[in-house]
Amino acid sequence: MNDDAQTPLLRVRNVTKTYGGRIGCADVSFDLWPGEVLGVVGESGSGKSTLLGVLAGQLVPDRGEVIFDTRADGPRDTITMSEPERRMLARTDWAFVHQNPRDGLRMNISAGGNVGERLMAVGARHYGNIRSAAADWLGRVEIDELRIDDRPQAFSGGMQQRLQIARNLVTGPRLVFMDEPTGGLDVSVQARLLDLLRGLVRDMGLSAIVVTHDLAVVRLLADRLMVMKSGRVVEAGLTDQVLDDPQHAYTQLLVSSVLQV
Amino acid sequence: MTDQAYNFTYLDEQTKRMIRRAILKGIAIPGYQVPFASREMPMPYGWGTGGVQVSAACLVPEDVFKVIDQGADDTTNAVSIRKFFARTAGVATTEHTGEATIIQTRHRIPEEPLTEDQILVYQVPIPEPLRFLEPRETETRKMHALEEYGLMHVKLYEDIARHGHIATAYAYPVKVEGRYVMDPSPIPKFDNPKLDGSPAIQLFGAGREQRIYAIPPYTKVVSLDFEDHPFEASKADHPCDLCGAENSYLDEVIIDDAGSRMFVCSDTDFCNSRQALGHRGRLSPEDAA
Repeated sequence: MNDDAQTPLLRVRNVTKTYGGRIGCADVSFDLWPGEVLGVVGESGSGKSTLLGVLAGQLVPDRGEVIFDTRADGPRDTITMSEPERRMLARTDWAFVHQNPRDGLRMNISAGGNVGERLMAVGARHYGNIRSAAADWLGRVEIDELRIDDRPQAFSGGMQQRLQIARNLVTGPRLVFMDEPTGGLDVSVQARLLDLLRGLVRDMGLSAIVVTHDLAVVRLLADRLMVMKSGRVVEAGLTDQVLDDPQHAYTQLLVSSVLQV
Repeated sequence: MTDQAYNFTYLDEQTKRMIRRAILKGIAIPGYQVPFASREMPMPYGWGTGGVQVSAACLVPEDVFKVIDQGADDTTNAVSIRKFFARTAGVATTEHTGEATIIQTRHRIPEEPLTEDQILVYQVPIPEPLRFLEPRETETRKMHALEEYGLMHVKLYEDIARHGHIATAYAYPVKVEGRYVMDPSPIPKFDNPKLDGSPAIQLFGAGREQRIYAIPPYTKVVSLDFEDHPFEASKADHPCDLCGAENSYLDEVIIDDAGSRMFVCSDTDFCNSRQALGHRGRLSPEDAA
């Protein structure tokens, strides 16, 4: 898939974000290719979420470029583009899956309404079509269609997370940001969610950036891996290569810290 | 009759200028909520302090003033506001829609078509149509600025999903001149079509929320809907029991403890005028003559 003739979907150069004197992330550069899943791992406070926030247009970096290959105008720097354009991207070509589904869902609106919101935000005005698209997506994330009018409050944690994924993918985005998508779920639900995500990513040819501290998640999902520590990328490479033969001392520590059952 | 202790229409001239500036800006940008420095009025919030301030800024001594509350001229709110301006401005008041030059209203648009010589002033409790969907004011302002109105349809979607039809019956959101989504104040959706292309100036004042917005004359006002669930201006399916009108908005009144009820025009002036012309309904008193 890493065909040099292609343009990378996302091109990140020297992104630096500080909070006052403290470093959020520093000099992060990488390319993300269409259809590729990039894992970002590191301990708490290593700058993973800051990096994701900058890439998704939620935080303004101090320095650096985030160049996204837009459908209409080709590569554009999302940091310097106007806010309406960036918000439009966030509604159409991007998706953001939060760790806590409560942050990504409207809890007092039915599952169907949650999935339909992005469709309505881009101009869908036919109730029947919105509803059938919502029903279709609930099916794809393994939620019973009968629950389309239930509110997310009535859903289990795993279902809420799957609903959040449906809500994000309904407009056919090209780039998905995931912040600890399996955090807070028990292992069997995690496994099911990962299975589902892997299927969707492969079927839809999505590119994704997955931030997590869980090495099992990246092992299953990610093609490539970046290891972060204290705001900097300390090691990057193919997932299996990094996990099986870690070079940097911190990565070695990280890999050896995983509990073996 | 004017109480000499007060300035004309109670508010001082600088305050009225400030409100007029907000009104002019509102008219220049139809449907846009203009912030203004709402004053403390001698009545509680919720009694129409926004409408009163807008009326005060618009009134001139030659005006004829009418106030309706849910269509009626004789309810507490209407009577007290009418007396307030009769006393502080000394303007003539009327109960007849056709004679009035400024009409302050709560929750209704008069049945009688308005003219170019009239101003309709609405009392608004919550000016922000997106309030209950997105509580952050910073976010709703951004949504208005960027025309991100998909969320408004989520509300209508929820209505249909839950009730099978758009169940919102009042404060039904509208799009003004193809740009701003606006809350028309809690008028019944039956009145929404009257907002569209009205020859009268329509001003909206929200006192507690400190916002003024406006619809200039002959402005396009469209009620939001879905292609397969179009907007419908609904009313109780009865004629008026006093004047027999088939096409006016009706109040349902319980008249005994056995569940009997009558339907009467909510616009009292409209109903009285029809009765004076000899129209009769099911429960009209027998003619003495």
